Amino acid sequence: MTVTAVRKDPERLTLTIEAEFDASAERVWQLWADPRQLERWWGPPTYPATFTKYDLAPGGRVEFYMTGPAGDQPHGYWDVLEVEPPHRLLLRDWCVNADGTPDTDKPLNTIHVDIEEVAHRRTRMSIEIVFPSTDAMEQALAMGTDEGLSQAVSQIDAILAGEIIQR
Amino acid sequence: MTVRMYNRMVVLMLTVLAHDRIFGALGDATRRDIVRRAIEGEEGVAELAEHYSMSFAAVQKHIAVLDRAGLVKKHRIGRRKVVRTNLEGLRVARRLLDQYEELWRARIDRMNELIAEMASAIDTAETKESKR
Repeated sequence: MTVTAVRKDPERLTLTIEAEFDASAERVWQLWADPRQLERWWGPPTYPATFTKYDLAPGGRVEFYMTGPAGDQPHGYWDVLEVEPPHRLLLRDWCVNADGTPDTDKPLNTIHVDIEEVAHRRTRMSIEIVFPSTDAMEQALAMGTDEGLSQAVSQIDAILAGEIIQR
Repeated sequence: MTVRMYNRMVVLMLTVLAHDRIFGALGDATRRDIVRRAIEGEEGVAELAEHYSMSFAAVQKHIAVLDRAGLVKKHRIGRRKVVRTNLEGLRVARRLLDQYEELWRARIDRMNELIAEMASAIDTAETKESKR
């Protein structure tokens, strides 16, 4: 299993996920640094991402859109805050309004990536995602989440709700 | 609050806290404690602060963080203002974090596939090269 740890902190609205790969740090870095590779993993197969602008440098901007099964194309962008190849990346994730103007009011989340080679060709990647509010979480999830997942989750919710009432 | 409602809330809280233990969430212990104490929603900021050895300002700050996250709400009862846990907010946050976990797990699976696929493509190219 690649994912080695998951921490969820509902009080700070933070998710931390750690994974290990049988690859060098440089190789794992390329997953983020090469937009053609990013396109292969950022969106699910039902919601592939296309990166239209890619300036991975401090103060730079990365722009992308996703294409949904119904042809819907939500747009988003990242403000690149810190870049230290192949070890560290700090991004602020924003959404673009329906009229095409960037939403500069409140970011969706801040993504902090740490990449460290722990052994020869064994690399640990830690991703910390901090959300400013539950609204931002809803909004970010609505972007490029396939229906199957939301359905599965709502089913779980229904099960949990049922469990509590029965007790 | 009826006894039944209260029981439901306690069960819900225990479920949430158990969930945290399972996933080893390292949330701030004080904030977790405030959330637990504020279920009954009968204490104000000053009264809550008395339970902790830290300063009033520090407790106030923790409550502000919880308030911003939508996990507690301040209610006015007559002249008093009490802090009350927003169970719905807590539940929403948990559910959303669970969804995000799934989203990132799927992304990491795809990263892994990509690394494996590109590594085998390089191997194939190298084999062809050495055969020449």
